[in-house]
Amino acid sequence: MAADLHVALVAADREVWSGEATLVVARTTSGDIGVMPGHQPLLGVLESGPVTIRTSDGGTVVAAVHGGFISFADNKLSLLAEIAELSDEIDVQQAERELERAKAEGDAHAERRADVRLRAAAGR
Amino acid sequence: MGAQLRVYKRRIRSVTATKKITKAMEMIAASRVVKAQRKVAASTPYARELTRAVTAVGTGSNTKHPLTTEAENPARAAVLLISSDRGLAGAFNSNAIRAAEQLTERLEREGRQVDTYIVGRRGLAHYNFRERKVVESFAGFTDEPSYADAKQVAAPLIEAIEKDTADGGVDELHIVYTEFISMMTQTAVDSRLLPLSLEDVAEESGAKDEILPLYDFEPSAEDVLDALLPRYVESRIYNALLQSAASKHAATRRAMKSATDNAGELINTLSRLANAARQAEITQEISEIVGGASALADANAGSDN
Repeated sequence: MAADLHVALVAADREVWSGEATLVVARTTSGDIGVMPGHQPLLGVLESGPVTIRTSDGGTVVAAVHGGFISFADNKLSLLAEIAELSDEIDVQQAERELERAKAEGDAHAERRADVRLRAAAGR
Repeated sequence: MGAQLRVYKRRIRSVTATKKITKAMEMIAASRVVKAQRKVAASTPYARELTRAVTAVGTGSNTKHPLTTEAENPARAAVLLISSDRGLAGAFNSNAIRAAEQLTERLEREGRQVDTYIVGRRGLAHYNFRERKVVESFAGFTDEPSYADAKQVAAPLIEAIEKDTADGGVDELHIVYTEFISMMTQTAVDSRLLPLSLEDVAEESGAKDEILPLYDFEPSAEDVLDALLPRYVESRIYNALLQSAASKHAATRRAMKSATDNAGELINTLSRLANAARQAEITQEISEIVGGASALADANAGSDN
């Protein structure tokens, strides 16, 4: 197998996570996509959804990504998102509260955001 | 105490109080510069990757997008001026405003109508005072801009550029901000954000000679570019806001440092004058006493005879 992927998960105002990985699964507008080392150069638009990164040391990192891009070339993968949070950073109770509130107010964006957070937190 | 001396003492007290304030402001600004610089650095990875992606789509596909092709007869241009909410920053705001005015003049000479957008109360006050039209203005976040603020600023601009020129849309988007070069040097610069010139973008990302791989676009090059360009504009505006904030704090620090130095100098001069006044007073008192004593002695000597 080729060398591992170098992954950088970058939000607009900070680098959320970076490291080596063997597999990255993300949701693009045309469906889920899994990227392994040696993949063809790729540039895609991400849907908001959880991103799963399988690290080289066997661990799993899950992050909630709210819109953005995935770009891959030369075994370097970047995930760009305006807002990205690692599942460990997500406060489940707060996300649940936000989901309730968003449902009550009929705010589809906020509902989707909270939902993505919860799914990412469940996948950790 | 003589009247002269009292006046000096009072002025020394007031200047000392002012010096304390400017010194505090200098130190606050110094700590904020560091924070702002850290934010600029933290936003760099996103901006860099985004620029790379834009270059990749722009060069790797033959897509013609309204945001990357120049209009044949650009009729209207939007200028975004980034100033600050508060003054006390030396020539920071006037430099930015002057740069915006020069740009506006140039664009108007080239036959374009200019729509002005302003960030920061200082710039807005300048334009309002001269009764110039401002399409939209934003304020309240120039000291510590967040990405959400940049989105808020970018939204009407992106909307304007996507509209047809006939319906009040714009063909070009320029931005005037203060580039943070170092603690001592900040310059007001203007740059054209849209339409995008790919050579400039490639140069910026330092990838001019790098051969970009042939990307697979998901779902399609047009869609990727559609989604990418607004984000690119937002990220550039965010970067400009952060740099302006850092520059503003650096300018404040410098202005307050010279104010503190001047106050110190003034205190020195005033204490010398006060000392001289006190000395003059003492001398006068002595000569009065001596004069009075000798007059008395003379009078006594006279009456003895």
